[in-house]
Amino acid sequence: MVDERGGGEAEGTLRVMGTSPAEGRAHTGLVLQDPEAQIIMSRAGDDVAFGLENRGIPTDAIWPRVRAALEAVGWAYGPNRPTDQLSGGEQQRLVLAGVLALEPDLLLLDEPTANLDPDGARRVRETLARILEAREATMILVEHRVAEWLPLVDRVVVLAAGGGVLLDGTPSEVFVGNEELCARHGIWTPGYEGRRPARPVIPPEKDSLLVAEQLSAQRPGTSEALFTRLDLGVRAGEVLAVMGPNGSGKSTLARLLGGLLRPESGQVTASEALSPGHAGAVVWRWPAQELVRRIGSVFQDPEHQFLTGRVSDELALGPIRSGLSEAEAGRRATELAERLRLDAVWEANPFTLSGGEQRRLSVATALASAPQVVILDEPTFGQDRGTWDEMLALLAALADSGRGVVTATHDQALVAALADRTLRLPAEA
Amino acid sequence: MQLRRSTVADPTAFLPAADAVAKLGAAVMVAFVAFLSRDPVTPAILLAGVALVLPASGLRSRDLARLLGPLLIAASLLGVLNAVLAGTPAVAAAGDAPSRAWVGLGLGLRIAAIAVASSLALATTDPADLAAGLIGHLRVPPRLAVGALASLRMAPILATEWGTIALARRARGVDAGRNPLVAMRLALGALVILLVSAIRRASRMALAMDARGFASGIPRTLARPPRMRRTDWLLLAAAGALSGAAVGISVALGTYAFLLG
Repeated sequence: MVDERGGGEAEGTLRVMGTSPAEGRAHTGLVLQDPEAQIIMSRAGDDVAFGLENRGIPTDAIWPRVRAALEAVGWAYGPNRPTDQLSGGEQQRLVLAGVLALEPDLLLLDEPTANLDPDGARRVRETLARILEAREATMILVEHRVAEWLPLVDRVVVLAAGGGVLLDGTPSEVFVGNEELCARHGIWTPGYEGRRPARPVIPPEKDSLLVAEQLSAQRPGTSEALFTRLDLGVRAGEVLAVMGPNGSGKSTLARLLGGLLRPESGQVTASEALSPGHAGAVVWRWPAQELVRRIGSVFQDPEHQFLTGRVSDELALGPIRSGLSEAEAGRRATELAERLRLDAVWEANPFTLSGGEQRRLSVATALASAPQVVILDEPTFGQDRGTWDEMLALLAALADSGRGVVTATHDQALVAALADRTLRLPAEA
Repeated sequence: MQLRRSTVADPTAFLPAADAVAKLGAAVMVAFVAFLSRDPVTPAILLAGVALVLPASGLRSRDLARLLGPLLIAASLLGVLNAVLAGTPAVAAAGDAPSRAWVGLGLGLRIAAIAVASSLALATTDPADLAAGLIGHLRVPPRLAVGALASLRMAPILATEWGTIALARRARGVDAGRNPLVAMRLALGALVILLVSAIRRASRMALAMDARGFASGIPRTLARPPRMRRTDWLLLAAAGALSGAAVGISVALGTYAFLLG
């Protein structure tokens, strides 16, 4: 099922296998988006056994079923693997094992690969394909980006915002010839790649704004190196994409470049263009008010950055902190709100906004103090097509206006449409 | 920030392999008796008894030192400060310096005995085994025990998020600088965000647990049912004997002082 934007509500009756959903629960397996929140126990085998314990399966029968379920998902570690040492993809496969052990007839999946990097997502899809071949189970999948799932899917139902079914049929019936309809309702179609708006001609010489020299970082709490002696420049008017699997150091690099983390070795300095009169200043030493004027950082979870109770105050905060008068700050806030279509929620509390609105607000607040470098961590995470297109256009406009844009992402479509340069982590020194 | 207990180097040593509830019971017995006595002799004997078990803890000396060191230092400080500053009524009533020192020593040793016994028991116990033990032996409702276990798993995640929120604030141009009042206000704001995040995670987790049949009314079985072996009963008996001996010796020496009166 593909739905137009997040936040749907269920209405009407639903019958599962001829009984009410509550009774049918024993035959239903549910997999949600966030793997972290679905793993209860700290050892892999115990987590799979959790559902069996709840079902009242006798102890002797539990462990053989756990082993069978782990094998069905291609589990490479033993049953005693600590769950906090697993990658997102491995966690999601463990959740699948836990669900499988209960032998469901109906598998419900809510954006199961949204939080995963491409490799993890691919493994989860392969595992599901194997499971569906081996069992007679029905799968209902809620997803935005359908392209990679089509081989597993027999039927597609497209929901419209506000309820009602837009399209219903086989994948070819639904997607072939309905491109425009889908685009209008913000539905991803397979093969849609997004287009960067035409750019002005770029002069060959681009000023370097931030320079990273001999930067090294380690995985927190261990001595395992994420990248060693990395040299990197962030240039004006250019989009740099940092790609790599989860845990490869993308966020760490983004934070180092953003002056938020102290580098263990090496340094990140500002050029004359970024910091007039103070060329070579080390960015992590800047006080926060100085930093916000020069480098804007947008975090993966917008809620981590909200500080006030109103959208209007959020937008004005950065400019005020960077030294502007209240009047000037208010003017900028209004301008940004219009540009990013946040004027409708001007008085709302940021925590009550929808996912797309929160994302737009977090980008707007980073832009409010007019920084020259903007660093974004996973900006297109789990978005419908409409919001994704907007983000693409926004980032392109930022670069075209002469700013340096860095995005840490594993969204290959975004990188293909937008990036001028790509850095892949883990990097060879 | 590491919230997990220090890893047990040798899981086959006596303490880590012992039943979780037996360990907890032994620690509670020792701690309770220490709590009820005001003199230094009783907790000293208790501590000596607990020290005998240290080699069987399965922890490396380095980890043991890191676990117990701060507790012992804190206990000594409290005892000394009380004796010197006449903090508690008992110390004030004692009058002259040697009596005050005696009472202060009693306080310090009491705290040490309680802290060492309980932290040793907890450090050598896997939380999942403790939950299974509570459900299996003591008939604690699974909703409580498993719920607590699940939230324990979430704790390090929230700790990481706290750090992320601090970084996100710096990115917004907001930091406390040197002003402690501002720092406190910011910390409170961050706590609110953390609370929202914790509640959201908790509801997602509760949904996942319900989806796997938790608290559906069917009687639960246990994948790792706890078993009391002979050595576990011996541990409990030894703890009881130690507690009795401590009180007995103290009474025989005429030093015993009950908590009240």
